[in-house]
Amino acid sequence: MKSRFAVIAALLFAAGVASAADPKVSDDAVRIGVLTDMTGYYSDLAGPGSVEAARMAVEDFGGKVLGKPIAIVSADHQNKADVSSTIARKWFDEDKVDVIVDLVSSSTALAVMPVAAEKKRITLLSGPATTAITGEKCTPYNVHWTYNNWALANGTGREVVKQGGDTWYFLTADYVFGKSLEEDTAAVVKASGGKVLGASRHPSPGTTDFSSFLLQAQASGAKIIGLANAGADTVNAIKQANEFGITKKQNLAGLLVFISDINSLGLPTAKGMYLTTAFYWDRDDDSRKWSKRFFEKTKRMPTMVQAGVYSAVSHYLRAIQAAGTDDADAVMARMRETPVNDFFAKNGRIGPDGLHRHDMYLVQVKTPEESKYPWDYYKIAKVIPAAEAFPPISDKCPNVKK
Amino acid sequence: MRRIWKGQTLFMVWATLVAVGLAAPFVVYPVFAINVLVMALFASAFNLLLGYTGLLSFGHAAFLGSAAYATGWAAKSWGLGVLPSMATGVAVATVLGLVFGALALRRSGIYFAMITLGLAQVVYFLIVQMPWTGGEDGLQGIPRGKLIGIVDLGNSFAMYYFTYAVFLGAFWLIQRTIDSPFGQVARAIRENEPRAISLGYDVQRYKLLAFVLSASLAGLAGSLKAIALQFATLGDVAWQRSGEVVLMTLLGGMGTVLGPSIGALLVVTMEQYLASLGSWVTVITGGVFVVMVMAFRKGVVGEILALLRRTR
Amino acid sequence: MIQALSGQLLLGLINGSFYALLSLGLAIIFGLLDVVNFAHGAQYMMGAFLAWMGLQYLGIGYWWALLLVPLAVGGTGLIVERVFLRRLQGLDPLYGLLLTFGLALVIEGAFHHAYGNSGSPYPVPESLRGGFDLGFMYLPKYRAWVVLVSLAVSLGSWFVIEKTRLGSYLRAGTENPKLLQAFGVNVPIMFMLTYGFGVALAAFAGVMAAPIYQVTPMMGSSLIMVVFAVVVIGGMGSILGSIVTGIGVGLVEGLTKFIWPQAASVVVFVLMALVLLVRPAGLFGRQK
Repeated sequence: MKSRFAVIAALLFAAGVASAADPKVSDDAVRIGVLTDMTGYYSDLAGPGSVEAARMAVEDFGGKVLGKPIAIVSADHQNKADVSSTIARKWFDEDKVDVIVDLVSSSTALAVMPVAAEKKRITLLSGPATTAITGEKCTPYNVHWTYNNWALANGTGREVVKQGGDTWYFLTADYVFGKSLEEDTAAVVKASGGKVLGASRHPSPGTTDFSSFLLQAQASGAKIIGLANAGADTVNAIKQANEFGITKKQNLAGLLVFISDINSLGLPTAKGMYLTTAFYWDRDDDSRKWSKRFFEKTKRMPTMVQAGVYSAVSHYLRAIQAAGTDDADAVMARMRETPVNDFFAKNGRIGPDGLHRHDMYLVQVKTPEESKYPWDYYKIAKVIPAAEAFPPISDKCPNVKK
Repeated sequence: MRRIWKGQTLFMVWATLVAVGLAAPFVVYPVFAINVLVMALFASAFNLLLGYTGLLSFGHAAFLGSAAYATGWAAKSWGLGVLPSMATGVAVATVLGLVFGALALRRSGIYFAMITLGLAQVVYFLIVQMPWTGGEDGLQGIPRGKLIGIVDLGNSFAMYYFTYAVFLGAFWLIQRTIDSPFGQVARAIRENEPRAISLGYDVQRYKLLAFVLSASLAGLAGSLKAIALQFATLGDVAWQRSGEVVLMTLLGGMGTVLGPSIGALLVVTMEQYLASLGSWVTVITGGVFVVMVMAFRKGVVGEILALLRRTR
Repeated sequence: MIQALSGQLLLGLINGSFYALLSLGLAIIFGLLDVVNFAHGAQYMMGAFLAWMGLQYLGIGYWWALLLVPLAVGGTGLIVERVFLRRLQGLDPLYGLLLTFGLALVIEGAFHHAYGNSGSPYPVPESLRGGFDLGFMYLPKYRAWVVLVSLAVSLGSWFVIEKTRLGSYLRAGTENPKLLQAFGVNVPIMFMLTYGFGVALAAFAGVMAAPIYQVTPMMGSSLIMVVFAVVVIGGMGSILGSIVTGIGVGLVEGLTKFIWPQAASVVVFVLMALVLLVRPAGLFGRQK
């Protein structure tokens, strides 16, 4: 009797030890939270599309990692920093979410990053633009995946000046994002030998009529009108610039433009514009294959934000697999060690500041005659290699060992 | 009969509130409960003006938001403690209430509402323009600090019970105001203003007093929000927030004591749990508005009370 | 300097005439039915969207849309009045306001769900493309067209309401509907048609706007605050008031964009506060 008891006890003990030695997945599942703008200004370039991209990543990975299921939850942060922060807290505290993806706008990202860092959970940002994310506000548990203001300013700014557009006038959205984009681009323009002739700051959101600001841009005589705004503002400004004949003598440079914007503008209005992007669906066979799958599910071609979400989630899952655990420190280390190689990026590397450095593309919008099939919008003018496309590691980031 | 009925209702109201409130953080996520309480306070303050004085203000978010920013700034940059920071917030809201009231009360009805809306938009603009408010990032990382230097409000439970205490205190104040002679006059003004004037009451002064009180309490809600949730954002001063509080009051029942709080509970819960539905939330919210206006004008609490009265 | 200023003022005039057209519908509905139509922005948006849908799915061009779309949207207005607003008559105007606010949310949410946020392009009609080079600025033909039509429609409506018999019935209806009914005028139908007309005006403005602004579900809510302010400044029951104020506000905004652009979106509210302090009933309003 005693010996049988001993055997059972030994077996139980062994089982306990064995399960402790098993790969550790917290709470028996990997939960991915897609926190994005579902109903507001950014819902088309991220939103439900981002959720779908995350789902595709999980599906392609097999739905399980280290033998445990992967679950996806999603929510609408309505572009409000307080809503994002509250949802993030709840997800981390109550719902055992392990990683938050997307976040799309800079203010929501900056609100959620410290919460995640405090609780040792990971944030994978696809969409926010401010360079502070990998600068003074960086955290050890964050990856800034897709693009940032510097990359945009550098790509579009430098290249356009090189092509002869050396006098600039800015049309800027009067809030933090717009002003910082203007600042970054102005710096690049001046560094490349160009001049900034002036700027008009328009209230945002709330401006539908840009005619008076465009008039000022026209009066300045600048060769290039830089649009330091996004979404509906950019689209309206471009439309009205065309209407007022401004595009006959001056060129527009959209500093943050997504393929969804071009789709809603139409090629006749958008043609000829230069912009910098991290991803174009028609770039090569790999990107086409994935994008066509995305199109089947959402009826739209993916924006760089949505493609970035897929890529980030896949990389994250692979890192868990390789590290044998979903513990944040181990996974972050693995993600930084491993280069990113998928349809989104070739040889992308995540630095100690959390910035994912990969190639960017300077593209030009095609004319209606050049476009042969739906969504055939861009021609790739230049591939900007990762080392040039992104800023060097910022010494403002506390993570970085000096 | 009515007096006894009233005494019973009052007791039931208080008993329910206290019980539910004490148990709440064990049942639901404490931060969610705090959110509900803050909104309930905001809606109750608003109701003082709408349900009891008959004045519809479209700019109440200005008081909530300005107090939140003032409190946040006081706590974060001047390093004031919890109570002094909140006092700063309430003071700002009170002064703003005085200014708004002095301007808006020169008109009545829809004109009054539009002026409050316009003034709130000006406040919104000013807050956006001021560099220290952080624009659309808002004021973040407001410290919770220690209450009177002893109780660490960093703990969610402590924060919740503090919020609850403030809420109960403010609620009691509102109740007393409604039952006081002042409250009676306010109701008289709502029912029949010309008659109140002919009875010799200085109607404008009463209205102004009600307005300022409502603004102060809305400010209290804002100050509480800033400390508890640790940020102040533009959403707190946007006109949509003013619309939200109208919805809460209407849904719960204007002119009832508990109504706005119930309305706040319903709206906050709805927003939380419907968050994944995207645009449907807007449609549903609109649908609720329409149904309430067409069929349940008394609001949830109002309809329940009417039902109870009928069955007696 | 003068050049730049004239350009801004001309643009202000163009915007102002557009505000006048939009606020006209609101003023008519409030002046004659005592209803604050918060759904005005959503109805304006429906006008623009229906014009786009007409072109996209049915091949209906701009000129036909100008006629058909206001009729269609006005029709929905008739239904709203009959089903909802009529039952709220006699109650506190607050309820009418809340109802239309709720309707606005439903409409905007539904369109947003179906069409997302980016918006769709609507081309400027062929005959109105191009523009005039005025020296100090380039005036697109379409914008000039907007000014002409807005002024024509606004003044036309004003004329009908103030100077014709039908108009006098409408005005009598607001004063004393029962008495008017006793005289044999079908007051309920009249109210229904008035609301429908106001809504149709909003939709008409929407069709006019489609070639200039992106057609998005939120296009109404961005404009509606300004339009409300215009109506309040002009005097909520006064049709002439909303026309004159609309143009005035456009000009003031144009001036502000020249001097202090960031303040452009808030100047109308400051103006509103100032006007209401000096003339509590609005510039042209009558004390009700």
